[in-house]
Amino acid sequence: MAVIKAKGFYDTFDRSGTPTRDTHYCPGCGHGIIHKLLCEAMADMGIQDRTVIVNPIGCAVFGYYYWDVGNVGAAHGRAQSVATAINRTRPDSIVISYQGDGDLAAIGFNATFQAANRGEHVATFFVNNSTYGMTGGQMAPTTLLGQKTKTTPFGRAADHEGYPLCVCEALNQLKAPVYIARVSVADTKRIMEAKKAIRKALEIQVQKKGFAFVEILSPCPTNLGLDPLKAAQWEIEQSEQIFPLGTFRDISAEAESRKDPEPKPTPSEFFGGGTDVKAPEPDYAFGTKHIKIAGFGGQGILSLGLAIAEAARYSARYSSWFPSYGPEQRGGSSSCNVIVSGTPIGSPDAPQPDVLVCMNRPSYDRFAKDVPKGGVILCDATVEITEQPPEGVKLFMMPSLKLATEFGVPKATNTVMLAALAHLGVTGLATEQLLNALDDSFKKKPKLIPINRDIFQKAYAWCEANWKA
Amino acid sequence: MDDKGNGSPALPRPVFNEDHCKGCGRCVAACPRKVLRIKDTLNVRGVNPAEYVGEGCIGCAICFYNCPEPYAIQVHKPEKK
Ligand SMILES: Cc1ncc(C[n+]2csc(CCOP(=O)(O)OP(=O)(O)O)c2C)c(N)n1
Ligand code: SF4
Ligand code: SF4
Ligand code: SF4
Ligand SMILES: [Mg+2]
Repeated sequence: MAVIKAKGFYDTFDRSGTPTRDTHYCPGCGHGIIHKLLCEAMADMGIQDRTVIVNPIGCAVFGYYYWDVGNVGAAHGRAQSVATAINRTRPDSIVISYQGDGDLAAIGFNATFQAANRGEHVATFFVNNSTYGMTGGQMAPTTLLGQKTKTTPFGRAADHEGYPLCVCEALNQLKAPVYIARVSVADTKRIMEAKKAIRKALEIQVQKKGFAFVEILSPCPTNLGLDPLKAAQWEIEQSEQIFPLGTFRDISAEAESRKDPEPKPTPSEFFGGGTDVKAPEPDYAFGTKHIKIAGFGGQGILSLGLAIAEAARYSARYSSWFPSYGPEQRGGSSSCNVIVSGTPIGSPDAPQPDVLVCMNRPSYDRFAKDVPKGGVILCDATVEITEQPPEGVKLFMMPSLKLATEFGVPKATNTVMLAALAHLGVTGLATEQLLNALDDSFKKKPKLIPINRDIFQKAYAWCEANWKA
Repeated sequence: MDDKGNGSPALPRPVFNEDHCKGCGRCVAACPRKVLRIKDTLNVRGVNPAEYVGEGCIGCAICFYNCPEPYAIQVHKPEKK
């Protein structure tokens, strides 16, 4: 007995605690038919384990409860940007963006247009149901002229709301897309065409040929105010007048497979550090150190952070450096987050730093409360501490300005702080590597290398003498 | 016909899981043999689900592809000799 049944879905859909086997879609909704075609194609092609679907905000927001693949949810309109990121960082995965017409053609149109123009390896499934379904039937860019919606109660009028946006036709202006087609799920013949187009878009991803776009006319009985069969008929009779079906472009036979370019130079390459270092290997025992350095612009905040990130790289650790500038170009507040980790880093932000370096009082007042138990705050000695650090957090005062001035280079406060961090051992990095990174930060002014090494050693000695264990 | 009204196992037939049917009628309208209908009793969701009249199915799976619900319909076909 051969059984034709749904493939590529989870066995049960655990939307609300109790597992179910039905979707949240209204009766006769085109989304469900499209899901079936897409899931079946992924299952038949054997790509579920390396597929990531970027789920939209819209009626399909719960897609991730249904399709048995890797899932990511994107903010409304941002699916193409998220898909781009996944494509760039996980070039071996098959990336799918599934979006409604509000999501893709209104708030997300620019992101879509740009992703298409860059030829990202993304199979995009664009569900045109001529409305904002999820929010209750407002006008979408694809709403037809004369069509009544919640926000066009007298019907869409061109001089008020403009014309229906034909996305396939718009994308067809671009050079990069490999495949652009418009299909429908209104009846059997159309569903079979849709099935082919969906598979084609996925094959293009498997072959790494570039951007593939499938627009799918999909009935939304609820917001059309029609029963499921009439809504499907409406798609054929009304929607297709403005959105003709067909393949607008298919250069998949000629298009060459292209692997994504190698990752771009790391920040340190831009900033002058060495490149001949070992790539990091995961080391779970090392853990992750979140470091925040804050002060005002001109205090060498950013370069201190960069030196730590560089030292981490030289030590074959994962590292990130994430600057945050004030709105002022010079002299405003300035901070950076550095992460040193034994495992790949997800977010470069450090909202709860284990190590906080404060070069001025506003920095202390702003960030000290965020340091968790067991953390360390290193402050310039001029900072007036009116509120003690949180419980379990150690505070060290370092006269960096005074020492740097004594050592002959008042500007070298950051070198003094680096030495203090080295002495405290809070970065998890060897002093030798911190020194190497310090040297590299003066690559363009080699005269300063021995001077700063000297300052580092003296500051280190100061810590030894003053911070007896 | 089996006890679920799904027709003889020796012949092609649609097998419904009526709890998952939303009664949209797309399968009924699409079936080229017109062998599906909407029941006059309600399912657990409180809608009138689709059912097989019990004979005449050719196993084309058109009902399956028109159905928006993943688990409402399967089509069973005896293996060709
Ligand atoms: C940034 C942002 N703006 C607006 C919304 C509200 N919102 C949620 S879904 C939606 C439109 C959904 O329409 P569409 O993308 O066509 O999907 P459908 O529900 O029709 O499948 C909007 C405007 C939001 N969630 N986030
Ligand atoms: S509102 Fe429209 S698009 Fe959303 S689930 Fe219902 S029928 Fe489908
Ligand atoms: S498989 Fe074809 S003939 Fe049989 S019930 Fe479904 S649509 Fe009708
Ligand atoms: S298409 Fe699916 S949900 Fe609609 S009536 Fe038929 S079985 Fe039920
Ligand atoms: Mg929509």
